[in-house]
Amino acid sequence: MAMSRDEIYAKVKEVLVDALGVDDEEVTPKATLRGDLGAESIDFLDIAFRLEKAFGIKIPRGEMFPEDLFTNAAYVKDGKITPEGLAEMKKRMPHFDFTELEKDPNIENVQFTVDTVVNYIQSKVNG
Amino acid sequence: MRWIWIDKFLSFESGKSAVAVKHATLAEEHLHDLYPDFPIVPHSLMVEGFAQTAGILVGEARKFAEKVILAKITRATFHRLVRPGDAIEFHARIDQLSEHGASTSGQILCDGQTVAEIEMMFSHIDQNMSGLAFPEHNFVFTDQFKQLLETYRCGDVISL
Repeated sequence: MAMSRDEIYAKVKEVLVDALGVDDEEVTPKATLRGDLGAESIDFLDIAFRLEKAFGIKIPRGEMFPEDLFTNAAYVKDGKITPEGLAEMKKRMPHFDFTELEKDPNIENVQFTVDTVVNYIQSKVNG
Repeated sequence: MRWIWIDKFLSFESGKSAVAVKHATLAEEHLHDLYPDFPIVPHSLMVEGFAQTAGILVGEARKFAEKVILAKITRATFHRLVRPGDAIEFHARIDQLSEHGASTSGQILCDGQTVAEIEMMFSHIDQNMSGLAFPEHNFVFTDQFKQLLETYRCGDVISL
């Protein structure tokens, strides 16, 4: 049976509270994982492990957080995402909100939010 | 020489769980450092012992091909003190393991009582630190660490 977005959100919130040691109220849809919730690189692995367990899914390497894109010189130049990089991101990250990045392709605008995670899980569990 | 904080393994199930023991003695100077006339085993060193137990468990799961580094102490809750003469048991299990690293959890016990509950993450650093170069040789799993498993004499289960 398909899960509602609210059900997914509640479970994602629980995962983030446990993995990052943040308070319930800090986890909001627009909160960024690194900036607002203080996630570091190892936390992304912790979050992926916990989501796999919570939702009974498998998260292949680089699918939810494709960090390899951002170390590829063809996709990032002088701190900005290239048009090729943006096209690749759109192909591989349909769960990401590109609004800010389209206005300004600065790599600083690649911010994973709680909503990004919820979108990804929604596509995995509901197809 | 590295500071090995476990004396020996009591059990070892490859890729799943391990139990190691460390005997605390009055002869260890650091037991006297926290409180005058009241020697206890510092919590930080018990976390280290658990990390060594769990780290060897994670390393052995990939036949020591990965450089396994403690990356995160997710939780460490202590319930009682440990005194000289106590045998500290580190009970560690692998919860999840992938090419990137592993999550582990478990308990520290003394005389069957729970001393602490611990969760920690390990990173396979060659898989995670793109752009950073590390030495070719596995500087994490030195012979000293591997000898702990040899001492346990489980060569039929674990290939070193």
